[in-house]
Amino acid sequence: MAIAPAITHLEQLRAEAPIAQLLAWRPDAVTGAKLDRSELTIELRAPTIREACLLLRDDASLRFNFLSDLTCVDWYPREPRFDVVYHLLSIPRRARVRLKVRLAEDDACVESVTSVWPSANFFEREVFDLFGVRFLGHPDLRRIMMPEDWQGHPLRKDYPVEGYR
Amino acid sequence: MATAPTLTPGHEGTLVLNMGPQHPSTHGVLRLVLEIEGENVVRMMPDIGYLHTGIEKTAEAKFYQQVVVLTDRIDYLCPLTNNLCYVLAVEKLLGLEPPPRAQWMRVMLNELSRIASHLVWLGTHALDIGAMTVFLYCFREREDILRLFEMVSGQRMMTSYFRIGGLALEPPLGFFERVRRFADLFPSRVDEYEALLTGNRIWIERTRGVAHLSAEDAVALGVTGPSLRASGVDIDLRRDMPYSAYDRFQFKVPVSQEGDVYARYLVRVQELRESIGIVRQALDGMPEGPVKADAPKVVLPDREKMKTQMEALIYHFKIVTEGFAVPAGEVYQAIESPRGEMGYYVVSDGTAKPHRVHMRSPSYANLQALPRMCEGKLIADVVAAIGSIDIVLGEIDR
Repeated sequence: MAIAPAITHLEQLRAEAPIAQLLAWRPDAVTGAKLDRSELTIELRAPTIREACLLLRDDASLRFNFLSDLTCVDWYPREPRFDVVYHLLSIPRRARVRLKVRLAEDDACVESVTSVWPSANFFEREVFDLFGVRFLGHPDLRRIMMPEDWQGHPLRKDYPVEGYR
Repeated sequence: MATAPTLTPGHEGTLVLNMGPQHPSTHGVLRLVLEIEGENVVRMMPDIGYLHTGIEKTAEAKFYQQVVVLTDRIDYLCPLTNNLCYVLAVEKLLGLEPPPRAQWMRVMLNELSRIASHLVWLGTHALDIGAMTVFLYCFREREDILRLFEMVSGQRMMTSYFRIGGLALEPPLGFFERVRRFADLFPSRVDEYEALLTGNRIWIERTRGVAHLSAEDAVALGVTGPSLRASGVDIDLRRDMPYSAYDRFQFKVPVSQEGDVYARYLVRVQELRESIGIVRQALDGMPEGPVKADAPKVVLPDREKMKTQMEALIYHFKIVTEGFAVPAGEVYQAIESPRGEMGYYVVSDGTAKPHRVHMRSPSYANLQALPRMCEGKLIADVVAAIGSIDIVLGEIDR
């Protein structure tokens, strides 16, 4: 099973339904796209994420009604440092799509999607706790794994595996 | 870990009660901060974060094949399910396909794993509500399955039996006969559980209409697995987005419209019957052939080859000491675990160690639905509600 070459040019992926709808809605929202190993990834400008999620959830032809997962990847020392990654599932269409926004270290905040999918509540708290990314408009943004007085964010790449001693 | 919440305005006379973290019904280390007024739950706040396994962080410092051992520790009731989800994700990154025999074995063992997990759920859930006998019966059958796991992998619980590219070893002689004996016996044992519970008036009174969750709420709150199907949403990744060899098997997906504790019980009991049917199909159609892919730079060679072939010895040495590089990319592989959608998001930067391994664990999302099930209801029903979502704290913490 050889890996097919990834398609990384947005122009070649314009026909993919989620991308087409997002481009029709706001052409400046989509900054990149990738079809790799049969998985579609759409990169969005951070300020548009909540409205883009609303569109993908409510559009009759897409119906991504389920947030499977929300997490973060730290690409330290790259800037922008963080990728916040959303995995959406359309239960009626049995289809998936991945959304991604890039955040700089000194401005690691993005709008919460808890108003779109309440299930984002715990996921966003986890990312806040372990990476230090803040979610604007989250109803209860507190640490979820670590004690409230814990210093640092353990899943950042510059946080040592064995912790600070 | 949060402190007690401020009391809800307008509810004079409420008090805060901590259930757990070591309460028997919290099934691990979960603290539920309950604000109660008399016997009614006004507000519930789940508080997690006691285990600190650090598995996601540790995975970034290990070679890809070493992470398999960590995945066992995520959900201690079905380690093989986590093994499978992780190896499928890495195989997708590598573009590697295991041989058919390995795929069928994976399906068979995963269904045995589902049965073992459901048996712990049923036994402890019934015990929470006061039925002692079911607990003993369920652990009797679970023991049979753990012996099968021990036979095939050498371990009862932390099996690490699946490898990137196939299985660790060919199953030993007599293994399939033992599985068939279990498959012949098990349906009558499910009849016994049902004889004790399904029509039992006390069981029905304690579970029917209790901790209701609508389909809309379940989807909005990220609930998956039997708890979602018990609310009327007909989705099962084994059937709808098949992986491994599941597209070769026939089985029904039990669904209920009721959305209460009793419905979740019925769905899982029906799943026990379907799973043993899948095990039987796997036994009947098990393909012959190797259990490891022909990928010498990824899959460890057989011990016998290492005694006669220099290349095999070199590959073994290099894989163990240096690992193997995985092409850069990212995948999200989801499978149907006993508790719902188990997903592994693995990011490779092209080196021999994963840049990021994230686990989307079903219990973590399912737990969010607990306050919706319990607020405004009786405190006695909280215990039934916790058991009905089949919570495993190992996969909730990080």
